[in-house]
Amino acid sequence: MAAELTAAQAALAQVATDPGAKKPDPIVVGSGITRTFGGLKAVDVEHIEIQRGVITALIGPNGAGKTTLFNLLTGFDEPNSGQWSFNGNALQSVSAYKVARLGMVRTFQLTKVLAKLTVIENMRLGATGQKGEKFWLAPFKWLWKGQEDEITSRADDLLARFKLDAKREDFAGSLSGGQRKLLEMARALMVDPELIMLDEPMAGVNPALKQSLLGHVQSLRDEGRTVLFVEHDMDMVRHISDWVIVMAQGQIVAEGTPQSVMADQRVIDAYLGAHHDTDLSELDEAALEAEVEAEIKEEQA
Amino acid sequence: MDFLEILRTALQQALGPTAIVYVLAAIGINVHFGYTGLLNFGQSGFMAVGAYGLAVTVVILDGSFWLGVAVSFVAALALAIVLGLPTLRLRADYLAIVTIATSEALRLVFGSVEMKDTFGGSNGLTGYSKVYKDLNPYSDGIDLGFISYRRDDLWNITVGWSLVAICCLVVWALMRSPWGRVLRSIREDEDAVRSLGKNVFAYKMQALILGGMIGGLAGLFFALKQASVVPTDYNTNLTFLAYTALLVGGAARVLGPVVGGVILWFLLSGLGATFGQMTSGPDPILPTWLMDSSQSSLTRFIVTGLALMLLMIFRPQGIFGDRREIAIDGR
Repeated sequence: MAAELTAAQAALAQVATDPGAKKPDPIVVGSGITRTFGGLKAVDVEHIEIQRGVITALIGPNGAGKTTLFNLLTGFDEPNSGQWSFNGNALQSVSAYKVARLGMVRTFQLTKVLAKLTVIENMRLGATGQKGEKFWLAPFKWLWKGQEDEITSRADDLLARFKLDAKREDFAGSLSGGQRKLLEMARALMVDPELIMLDEPMAGVNPALKQSLLGHVQSLRDEGRTVLFVEHDMDMVRHISDWVIVMAQGQIVAEGTPQSVMADQRVIDAYLGAHHDTDLSELDEAALEAEVEAEIKEEQA
Repeated sequence: MDFLEILRTALQQALGPTAIVYVLAAIGINVHFGYTGLLNFGQSGFMAVGAYGLAVTVVILDGSFWLGVAVSFVAALALAIVLGLPTLRLRADYLAIVTIATSEALRLVFGSVEMKDTFGGSNGLTGYSKVYKDLNPYSDGIDLGFISYRRDDLWNITVGWSLVAICCLVVWALMRSPWGRVLRSIREDEDAVRSLGKNVFAYKMQALILGGMIGGLAGLFFALKQASVVPTDYNTNLTFLAYTALLVGGAARVLGPVVGGVILWFLLSGLGATFGQMTSGPDPILPTWLMDSSQSSLTRFIVTGLALMLLMIFRPQGIFGDRREIAIDGR
């Protein structure tokens, strides 16, 4: 890890560790975001801020609403209420493709590579503002040839960086799970996003590849991008994140640096249950009996 | 059995005007289904509005022939927009349901008694193709020794295959471009394309319009070569035979629908002629308790269906398809 902290990282030292804490330079600010599925409140976030230029991890037990929050922020799902902004642009009911064009690009928990396109074609698709993607210009190759070559060389650079250059002409569907994760990340970079949101980048990736993935995520921050990722892999969270936001049952329960969060009682409670270290044998049996009897009476009444 | 005669009939039909109608329809479906993954089961509807656009303009409204041609294209465009607006934001199967229902509704409206004054009822409309026939530069038919076409059909196949060539050229030029890449990506995974900042809805609409207008062109050509539009011609069989042609040739290949359409009609008419010969005459080859001459023309569809099943089992990608692309589907 870099010995010197960037200004953005250093600034986090002053931030309070309460849920929804204010950041000195937030890139994303959201408040009152709720989403219910039937009777279940999947997301109920009072306030959230993501600091610019650092790696923020979003953790929490299964069903905590992390991916749903991702979908809401990126326009892939509509919330029941709430407002949020990216770089000061309000994003309520802005469609997903416009969110991506603003510079906020996400990947998916279940990788979405375009199986029947080659790896290089997958990459080329990521580039924005392509002239050849306009219907009226598309048939005339000389109009978009130059831009296409530019895009291809940028794609080749990224493929080399992610060690996928040997797979350039293979169908993306023939890649392994880990390679697909790499391709998805590389493809998202073709959009040149300011904020890249990775949904479980480590899931199903072998340990050797994990190390290089960690390096790639860090290099994203080092080139000035903001990274927000959802992850279950605590090693990754501890190693590379500058800030951790913990969700449980749709709410943000804690925030802080990785060290402080791992020690936070609220986080342990969220993961293991609030009574996880209560010794059941020490409970007063008489009191328990009385409690049960009271309950039965209540039901009978 | 006269094998030469069978081969002659089959070849004549495979290159003839009817095959061209199916080839054009299949090129449109290829843009929808092959490249973009849009399940349009109502290609016959696009063809019907293309055919009726011309016929109604010329016969009922007394407009000029070229105005009728323009109306055909506008009608197909309008149908694509009307079908696409409500359904393209939804899951793929909704488009399939809506297109097949719309094409059937159109056929029933065109053939209805109530609308007889506008669409000619179940007898359809005739008498709009004089300009087209007068354009015929040929003074005589053509005899290539083995196959021959009459003067009218020679003009039909000249126009028809030219239209096929133009459509193929347009599809080829579009699909090699980044625009085509976006369509193929949408076929694979819409959300991935959306996450990269592409307006998926707009691209699907463009594809639906392009394929629908090629379908309208197929209907227009159908109306011209037939010199009459009859509502029952535009039933769902038309759509599904065009799909068959596409799958035989190979989807998402420029020449797939062309080769598929030719092969399909070669098979259909070759088998028809074979069974026809085997059941005709005072002493038919096949005993009459097995098959009589009225059953022979239906049997060709049964045998063609069998051949298609074998093709799908042993070469699921069609004739031009890429085996590698198919293998990935087993994920």
